[in-house]
Amino acid sequence: MSHSPRLADAPSFSGCFHCGLPVPDGAAYPIQFEGEMRRACCRGCQAVAQTIVDSGQGAYYTHRTALPATPQQAEAELAQLGLYDLPEIQESFVRTETENIREAALILENIVCAACIWLNERHIARLPGVLSVEINYATRRARVRWDNSRIQLSAILKAVSDIGYIAHPFDPGRSDDIHKRERNTAIKRLAIAGLGMMQVMMYALPTYIATDMTTDIRLLMRWASLILTIPVVVYSAWPFFIGAWRDVKRRTLGMDVPVALGIGTAFVASVYGTFSGRGEVYYDSVTMFVFLLLTGRFLEMNARRRAGAAIEELVKLIPAATTRLPNWPARDEEQVPVARLAVGDHVLVRPGETLPADGAVVEGDSAVSEAMLTGESLPVSKTVHSRVVGGSLNQASPLVVRVDKLGADTRLASIVRLLDRAQSEKPRIGQLADRAAAWFVGLLLLITVVVGLAWYAIDPSKVLWIVVSILVVTCPCALGLATPAALTTATGRLTRLGLLTTRGHALETMARATDLVFDKTGTLTHGRLSVRRVVALGGRTENEVGAIAAALEAGSEHPIARALRQDRPEGERLAAYPSRVLREAASPAVTASGIRNTPGRGVEGTIAGRSYRLGSPRFAAAGAAPPAPGGGEYPENGHKHPKNGHKHAEGHESGVALADESGPIAWFALADTPRADAAAALAALRQQGLRLHLVSGDAAGAVRATARQLGIEEWHAGALPEDKLAYVNALQQQGRIVAMVGDGINDAPVLAGAQVSIAMGEGADVAQAAADMVMLGSRLATLSEGVALARKTQHIIRQNLGWALGYNLIAIPAAALGYVTPWIAGIGMSASSLLVVLNALRLSNFRQPADGSLKAQDSRLEAQEASP
Amino acid sequence: MDILILLIPLSLVIVGVIAWIMLWAAKNGQFDDLEGPAHSVIMDDDTPPKPNGPAKP
Repeated sequence: MSHSPRLADAPSFSGCFHCGLPVPDGAAYPIQFEGEMRRACCRGCQAVAQTIVDSGQGAYYTHRTALPATPQQAEAELAQLGLYDLPEIQESFVRTETENIREAALILENIVCAACIWLNERHIARLPGVLSVEINYATRRARVRWDNSRIQLSAILKAVSDIGYIAHPFDPGRSDDIHKRERNTAIKRLAIAGLGMMQVMMYALPTYIATDMTTDIRLLMRWASLILTIPVVVYSAWPFFIGAWRDVKRRTLGMDVPVALGIGTAFVASVYGTFSGRGEVYYDSVTMFVFLLLTGRFLEMNARRRAGAAIEELVKLIPAATTRLPNWPARDEEQVPVARLAVGDHVLVRPGETLPADGAVVEGDSAVSEAMLTGESLPVSKTVHSRVVGGSLNQASPLVVRVDKLGADTRLASIVRLLDRAQSEKPRIGQLADRAAAWFVGLLLLITVVVGLAWYAIDPSKVLWIVVSILVVTCPCALGLATPAALTTATGRLTRLGLLTTRGHALETMARATDLVFDKTGTLTHGRLSVRRVVALGGRTENEVGAIAAALEAGSEHPIARALRQDRPEGERLAAYPSRVLREAASPAVTASGIRNTPGRGVEGTIAGRSYRLGSPRFAAAGAAPPAPGGGEYPENGHKHPKNGHKHAEGHESGVALADESGPIAWFALADTPRADAAAALAALRQQGLRLHLVSGDAAGAVRATARQLGIEEWHAGALPEDKLAYVNALQQQGRIVAMVGDGINDAPVLAGAQVSIAMGEGADVAQAAADMVMLGSRLATLSEGVALARKTQHIIRQNLGWALGYNLIAIPAAALGYVTPWIAGIGMSASSLLVVLNALRLSNFRQPADGSLKAQDSRLEAQEASP
Repeated sequence: MDILILLIPLSLVIVGVIAWIMLWAAKNGQFDDLEGPAHSVIMDDDTPPKPNGPAKP
């Protein structure tokens, strides 16, 4: 099932009791659990775990199969929860049943396993005033009914955040209903077809094997089969007829045409046979065929739906309410729903809040993270007159923004539109994969017509039976099963490898891919800064200065601060030191006092009576040049200035200086580091004959550095979502088959536009929705395994089609000559299906050969494919 | 063999009843969440909150 890959790399529960991260030395956050003292890594985890254990839901810790995220106490967000109680904000997503009974739909974040669902359900249900709560495991959505006179919605949301999850109200809207109805219809069709198939088979088998069956009984069974088959053909098989009609109108030959023809003729002929009492009936073949095909489509629809649900969640990037300054520049504030904003309004955006709309800054000076929209890894500095984008996150200090564009005009909305368009164009590209099938179908139809005409000349009374037997005997096995059986098995195997396939054509296209285009931030790199190098001056150890830097940055959420804090106990330096040294150096807890933050420059504070400064060289080290090999400079507010020519030549590092009263004592070089397995994974892909590209929204320096480091020759920097799509389209124009790997919202359009696309599992939900595959473990090596498996699958499919062709070469002449009775057709069909399925099952044990033999295997594969 | 004359129509009736139940179940949302109930059934509230523990809401 979907969570099995998580189970496979079983989470280690050795670290923090709640989130599993390593517990820092000196951290004292104990939790009582089942009479034992457990340790948590931070106050957030401690509070969450305590709440869970105290409310009697400690069983969560024994049942969970995956580790939750570290809870983040976003105070600003918590304070905003109260806004959800305002009637004007509630009107968009709350249904009022009676005066006090309300119902709302919530999106739950951070759900990782079934135990999370259980925990949330129990926790919310225990709240006094909550009437009912229902959480859907598959969609991670909750429906809550509560009594508004006893509890407020904000209290429910607060309770969810108490146990470490985040709940957003959302408007389930129309599309959700449509999907639910579609799914329900599919289930009903499947149920009818399944029941029909089982019971018709029950009548069919005796007629095949019985020797002493009277004509009355035989006739009765035919009539019973007819009654059961009518709903299957008219109701369950309806989508195939619709699809075939659409294909005919478009003058294409899809799979639906022969399927509909087969079902239609076999059914009509059987009905004729039943009424006239002459000829054969094929009810069993018809119902079985419909059921098998519907099952495949149903599974595919489910996978797609799960991925697609994320698109609607894009709206949660825009906050529900915002602070308006109606008489700006006067400071009187009012809370208004974002929907009530008008162009020209002034809004106040505090640090930690999300910008509600596109606009221009009119007051304030801050750093804004646009990572979700542009993929730019560092926050961008914004000052008066800067343009800001709705959905981006204000990080440093308050901003007053004049609203210029709202709702459908915003950049976020345009990305959604781009995504929609690319997705709707996708089926057209995907259809190319069906070309081989279309040929087969065309040939089959041609043969049928020729045979039909020939028999018309010989014996007109037999034409119908001959034609029907040709269609029945060939159809199910050759076209219905050869490809899906292999694809289903391969998809299952791929999921266990860590690559979740959400669209049917993905594997086929992946096998034919010639070019692989990567995004940089979050895909090839971790998407966050980490400390690359530390240069300690004046006899201090790297650990000493690291501890001082971490203490100074303890309170800051700036990416540089986070890097300095997080990277301290671990990282590349770890290997260089005996662990004893590390432990000793790290043990005394260093705390700083009197911390003063100068936005855009750095931070100063006092540790053990000495005052320190940490920040840009100008701020901390009075402009002293960093020692060679130097980093760049401390980016103002983390913003790089590509226009001003401040490019960081080597590895795109940011330099940070640490100084005491006497002068600089250390330099830190920070950079967004490539994933550990990136180089090896890319080498394996190159060995498989793929051309690699790097297209990123980041500045040229950073992209060039990464490209050089990983040996990618073709790279393109500063790309907007449109540019990325254009780049991929240009490749496609040259006839290349492009696979795209990305993670951000800004990648979503290009993911949807490439022939086949893979999103990172830790990336944005929207990117996953747009992609054909999701990489669950974010292990880049799965890519080359995936390509190898896809090629192997292609090979198996060809074998299957080859077998089907051989079978048909015997079956079609036999049927054309009138030798195929229904039971022969039945045996032929089952035997050929069984062989095809068994062959496909070989894929389930697929293992990628070791790197050395890859090339050999590939050339062998090609040789085999060249001579089918 | 004559019994088949009764059994075959009877089987049709039974299939009809089962089909009706399936359609009712689909309409009633029994198939909406196929994973959650499988997990929730084994995770019952075996450990009630400690009586002396601070029962947070």
